[in-house]
Amino acid sequence: MDEMKDVVLKYVINEYLEDEDEVLTYETPLISGGIVDSFSMVSLKRFLENKYKISIPDDKATPEAFDSVTKIVKLVNEFLK
Amino acid sequence: MAYSDKIRNIYTSTIDEIREKGIFKQERYIHSSQAADIEVEFPTGSALKKVINMCANNYLGLSSHPDVIKAAHEGLDTRGYGMSSVRFICGTQDIHKELERKVTEFLGTEDTILFPSCMDANAGVFEAILTKDDVMISDRLVHASIIDGIRLAPAMHDTFKHSDMAHLEEKLQLHADKRLKVVITDGVFSMDGDTAKLDEMVALCEKYDAMLFVDESHSSGFIGKTGRGTHEKYGVMGKIDIITTTFGKALGGASGGCVSGRKELVEMCRQKARPYLFSNTIAPVVVSGVNTVLDILSKSTERRDKLEKNTEFWRKGLTEAGFVLKDGDTPIVPVMLFNAKLSQDFSKALYEEGIYAIGFFFPVVPQGQARIRTQISAGHEIHHLEKALEAFIKVGKKFDILGKTKQEIIAKYGQ
Repeated sequence: MDEMKDVVLKYVINEYLEDEDEVLTYETPLISGGIVDSFSMVSLKRFLENKYKISIPDDKATPEAFDSVTKIVKLVNEFLK
Repeated sequence: MAYSDKIRNIYTSTIDEIREKGIFKQERYIHSSQAADIEVEFPTGSALKKVINMCANNYLGLSSHPDVIKAAHEGLDTRGYGMSSVRFICGTQDIHKELERKVTEFLGTEDTILFPSCMDANAGVFEAILTKDDVMISDRLVHASIIDGIRLAPAMHDTFKHSDMAHLEEKLQLHADKRLKVVITDGVFSMDGDTAKLDEMVALCEKYDAMLFVDESHSSGFIGKTGRGTHEKYGVMGKIDIITTTFGKALGGASGGCVSGRKELVEMCRQKARPYLFSNTIAPVVVSGVNTVLDILSKSTERRDKLEKNTEFWRKGLTEAGFVLKDGDTPIVPVMLFNAKLSQDFSKALYEEGIYAIGFFFPVVPQGQARIRTQISAGHEIHHLEKALEAFIKVGKKFDILGKTKQEIIAKYGQ
């Protein structure tokens, strides 16, 4: 679980943060905080599906479910089971 | 009454909010033709002021060129004012086909289709050639019209960091399973004036079997040794699958645009692109003008060579004076001020000195990246640039930013 959190956090930092000084935690609001826009969710979803060999249905890949690293990890775990 | 006070109030308060945010756009009325020297009424109702224009897309100085005006007159006399039709009903004249052939030859592609504007070309092309099984991978700084076109298309959309080839490669790998992949970029980025690394992009697209789309609106006519565009500069002519460009900037500056590229893709646009199917054909007077523009540019590189020299002079002058510029070698030369209000005050002070250059700030450019975007033209003579430089230095001294670093300017004015 913690390992997955770090993988997702690292991906989000590399993918979306332009300013290296910006701090991102497991709980930072990603969508509602304006860090990840709805367009960019596509690549995040694909990254998770490829990395963890899962398929997340579109109706589950909501902005709410993607709004923090913790929430994303929870979502991924639902489909890993 | 359908337009009640309630409805009116919703709009007036929205417009007031725009004013309060300081992002209210106001037109300045020009009473002369487009050129290096123009006469401007600003603020509205004030006496006309003669100023040097440093912010037109008139890169080659062809907007009011006598040969282009003469050709437009001939087009008007022989083919009329309007066609009152879309292209495929009764809006295609011989001169429209002549222009499509000339653009194809000029850009070194297989075929071309005209659109009412490049905005329309960008809005229509992706929907016409892609399905939900495909993916569009765009640079994060592409022009707003491309973003609109992407939104209208059924394909998946992803982005890569500006000009970051390693990131682009990651995305091409991520989407390897898609039926078709299109990598999307501007040739010259209009706000920063930098160029896309088209040689590397072509190599990546070949490696991962992706198509490459380039918007050449700020390049056609003057980038590359003979002005064919960014693909000429990077030695990849014939390897770009889709080029869109405009006739509204360097190529005469009137209006109109096109999609030029692989013949099957152009044919798909002719069959399916909605702005082509449902919008009027380009007026004969404009088509005749652009035909002559391409004749002028095919005969001689004199104008793009002059533009290159003018650009070198301008960049060197500003750099030596101690301004912070965005790196690049195109005629788009952004003078960085970082603070939004400073960019507006600087622009006003320049205008008082007889120089017309506009300040850009968020959301047109990223937050904290406010600037004066200057654009050089072959229509400028050295005396224009000398006068403009003098004014920039005077205003730069007034605001005490000459020789200051980005951090020092931000410390003084905020971000």
